[in-house]
Amino acid sequence: MLARLGAARTGGLVALALALALLPLVLVNRYLYDVAILVGLNAIVCVGLNLLIGYAGQISLGHAGFFALGGYGSAILAVRYGWPTLAALPVSVCGVTLLAFLVGRPILRLKGHYLAMATLGLGVIITVVLTTEDRFTGGPDGMSVPPLALLGRALGGERAWYWLVGALLIACVWLALNLVESPRGRALRALHGSEVAAEMIGIDSARHKLAVFVLSAGLAAAAGALTAHYSGFITPSQGGFLRSIELVTMVVFGGMASIFGAVVGAAVLTTLPQLLTTLKDYEMVVFGAVMMFTMIFMPRGIVPTVAALFKRRTRQ
Amino acid sequence: MSLLRAEGLSKEFGGVHAVQALEFAIEPGAVFSIIGPNGAGKTTLLNLITGIYRPNAGRIWLEERELTGHAPHRFAAAGIGRTFQNLQIFFNMSALENVMAGRYLHERCSLAAAMLRLPSLARAERACREEALELLELVGLERFADDGSDGMPYGALKRLEIARALAARPRLLLLDEPAAGLNPTETQEINRLIRQLAARGVTVVLVEHNMSLVMGVSDRVLVLDYGRKLAEGDAESVRRDPRVIEAYLGAEVHDA
Repeated sequence: MLARLGAARTGGLVALALALALLPLVLVNRYLYDVAILVGLNAIVCVGLNLLIGYAGQISLGHAGFFALGGYGSAILAVRYGWPTLAALPVSVCGVTLLAFLVGRPILRLKGHYLAMATLGLGVIITVVLTTEDRFTGGPDGMSVPPLALLGRALGGERAWYWLVGALLIACVWLALNLVESPRGRALRALHGSEVAAEMIGIDSARHKLAVFVLSAGLAAAAGALTAHYSGFITPSQGGFLRSIELVTMVVFGGMASIFGAVVGAAVLTTLPQLLTTLKDYEMVVFGAVMMFTMIFMPRGIVPTVAALFKRRTRQ
Repeated sequence: MSLLRAEGLSKEFGGVHAVQALEFAIEPGAVFSIIGPNGAGKTTLLNLITGIYRPNAGRIWLEERELTGHAPHRFAAAGIGRTFQNLQIFFNMSALENVMAGRYLHERCSLAAAMLRLPSLARAERACREEALELLELVGLERFADDGSDGMPYGALKRLEIARALAARPRLLLLDEPAAGLNPTETQEINRLIRQLAARGVTVVLVEHNMSLVMGVSDRVLVLDYGRKLAEGDAESVRRDPRVIEAYLGAEVHDA
């Protein structure tokens, strides 16, 4: 079985790489490139968030907060303190990771709804701070962010960004796939399955929850910082509650405890609103209907459901 | 020296004394059974000696190490494994993965090593899988290996929990009502399994209502009533103890 799993893993990774390599053939204009890049950045957040929610079973309704903080941190260091962007970005990500480590300790003692409320509160606090500290953040209007620059040369153009984000996404997916198929990944799934049973086989549940929380926050911060530098602008709404819900929805829609599900969820729910803009006022109605349909008929999410169907076919 | 020792162990829940001033020692290599009427404090006692509950008073040692007040995973790391009366299977994993998860203590790796899938880890994973398959075979579940655990029958899940606990290679294995809800054939299999484990040198603590199973496999029996020790001794002497007969065994003694 593990051999088959290994094959599925490599196969999925190759398929993803091929899709990313061939996608530019249909990306005929800058707008489509732009959508693809945003898909990739959201997918990186969702891969991390799925490790936390889908594998370890710990909800977070505040991950947009980490996403925004990553962006603001990098922007503030670059704009207000004149740091080179290539230094500002990693320092910002490390800072957010440290913050996640500090707040994660007390928060992750909570379970279920209480954890949801606490992470929601965390996200709200982050947005409030970003809105009110206008000396640094520019307040509710947001601030402009310089482009990523390497040795004085700015990383410009959608094409360059596309390949950068694509490569990072593949790396994240590969690392995440390795993690979930390792003893540590089993430990995460074990504490999702039964925390008391996990403890009784020697798994320190508090330590594992904290590690995956910090990891997912770090990925969100990295994607947030890249998004800010790419789009050249950032506002507090990037860290808002609605954005957090959007990220969780991508994970659930794509499939809990499925790394490729996180990518598919991010792809569908990032592109769908763009396609629906032609419907104008009815956009949100269609969006909501798609969500309800999925939750009722595919509660496990798209990728696991389709994978199960495929498996049944091949067995017959 | 005894493997596990408890001194003055007490636990109360809102004024109710679930376990009261309990003293006992479990010798290595023995099958030690804990019996008593419903509500006598058997499961509370198991939860105390696995760290799930903290005692209000008293101390617990595993050989020379005092474990009182530690988290459950520290008890597990010290060599105590258990199964649960109401199943605690990882239903989000296959049967084989459940057992592989049980190997956690012997397959530690850093987050970085896991994410980069270093060659040493890949080798360890193959060994882990082999050993998990052997354990599934030991409990007679090899045909379920690749199945999702959520589709397995109840009796098989009971044995899957035993295989998972064994995967951690515990020195002391606590079985909380392993035969509850099983038919006579399945109970026979549990009986056989416990004897096999004892023969392998695993010390077994058995909490069980099925008297013929208890009397058949136990080297020593501890009888609880209202959280206190009513009697302790070998199966035969406990069976004949008038206090035990009065409190608990009643007619069943004559049947046996």
